Amino acid sequence: MAAAVIWARLTESFWLNCQLFGLTLLFAIPLGLVVCFGSMSRFTPLRGAVKTFVWVIRGTPLMLQILVIYLGPGLLGFASPWPSGGSGRLIAAVVAFAINYACYFSEIYRGGIESVPKGQTEAGQVLGMTRSQIFFKVTLLQVVKRILPPMGNEIITLVKDTSLANIIANKDIIMMAKEYAAKGLIWPLFSTAVFFLIFVGALTLLFDRLEKRLEYFR
Amino acid sequence: MALLQVEDIGKSFGATKVLENISFDLQKGEALAIIGSSGSGKTTLLRCLNFLETADTGRIIVGGETLWDAADKGTQSEETIRKKRLHFGLVFQNFNLFPQYTALQNITLAGELLARERPDYRQNRRAVHAELEAHARELLAQMGLSDRAGHYPHQLSGGQQQRVAIARALALHPDILCFDEPTSALDPELTGEVLRVLRELADNKTTMIIVTHEMKFARDVADRILFMDHGVVVEQGDARQVIDHPQEERTKQFLSHYGD
Repeated sequence: MAAAVIWARLTESFWLNCQLFGLTLLFAIPLGLVVCFGSMSRFTPLRGAVKTFVWVIRGTPLMLQILVIYLGPGLLGFASPWPSGGSGRLIAAVVAFAINYACYFSEIYRGGIESVPKGQTEAGQVLGMTRSQIFFKVTLLQVVKRILPPMGNEIITLVKDTSLANIIANKDIIMMAKEYAAKGLIWPLFSTAVFFLIFVGALTLLFDRLEKRLEYFR
Repeated sequence: MALLQVEDIGKSFGATKVLENISFDLQKGEALAIIGSSGSGKTTLLRCLNFLETADTGRIIVGGETLWDAADKGTQSEETIRKKRLHFGLVFQNFNLFPQYTALQNITLAGELLARERPDYRQNRRAVHAELEAHARELLAQMGLSDRAGHYPHQLSGGQQQRVAIARALALHPDILCFDEPTSALDPELTGEVLRVLRELADNKTTMIIVTHEMKFARDVADRILFMDHGVVVEQGDARQVIDHPQEERTKQFLSHYGD
């Protein structure tokens, strides 16, 4: 088969990795904040429940979680909540990824929030600000500045984790390349590295720029 | 009637009593200096007045209105406390300016957020913002910082940051302005410029409570002094009287460390 065709098929299947990446971030970034507030709640039962949940999600393999989310309802005798076909498999993967990454993000957020000096909140309080005003107008940007490097790390990991979705037959770039490998053509498998490297390279540049944009304050 | 009446304030952290039976009055236009060794409860007292700590006992009354009554839960809900805080301003030892805002924005931010709660805000938005900015620039000028309006906190010296923090507190027109060791984080040179501002405020009859270790300043600028030790008021009275002729043994002992 012509190399050009193979490159085109790899590119095509990499789109699935991109979709999964984008959708996961779209949901996990805000969901992580919800999880974070739960884990910092002053209401002990809620805090305990959220911390246990985070422990389970961070303590088990993402691959296993994808399987549980996709197959679990059916195995328990419920009707599968996922649409049939490729879109159902992608949605199930997005759900598993979003939950998994939200838990990791929540801990990064928590670290960021707790690293902002208490005096910032107190200064807002004595100036008559509400809790939400203090969070959005005072704390948030300082948190964003502090968590950019660890978030960059986590998001780069996500790029490569997307290929785990092929455990439920999502046809991503690795799966596509393995099909060629099974037919005895090994170079496409190694070539997938190029796609990941370019993607991660672009992300690295993006995060550098974001960090630079927040350099105007300390 | 006194502008501020503090009655029987008490506060414990666990088994440790940090404040006991604190009572004093403050007249409008008066400057009160609170002195005492570290750990004597001065800062905790200020924090109780600003509702950053909740007093276990006692009452805080401003202009006849009971803002806090430890025995009355009705005075303690978060939303009402937020508004009550506006009777007081607080300047912190380490400034606590918002780093992502310029000096000017630090001063206008809270005012802008409060203005949003006014019913006529939408129609008059421009005018409100212009007014807040004009007032903030006036305050910066009063602090001698007109040329620093666009600077971020990290571009300012400690003394300049503290003066911005004072302007930020003044912008909300508090009845009583509290200072928590405002010069303790500054070197002697920068201390002078902040004390000058405080002196000016006192000359303009700003009602103030200043927790300080600057005895000479307290003697010269404050009208009255309150000396605290181990969470209780040991002695209070006219500033010069207390510094020059302390009555209590503990006060004499404390002041003897500030020879000059």
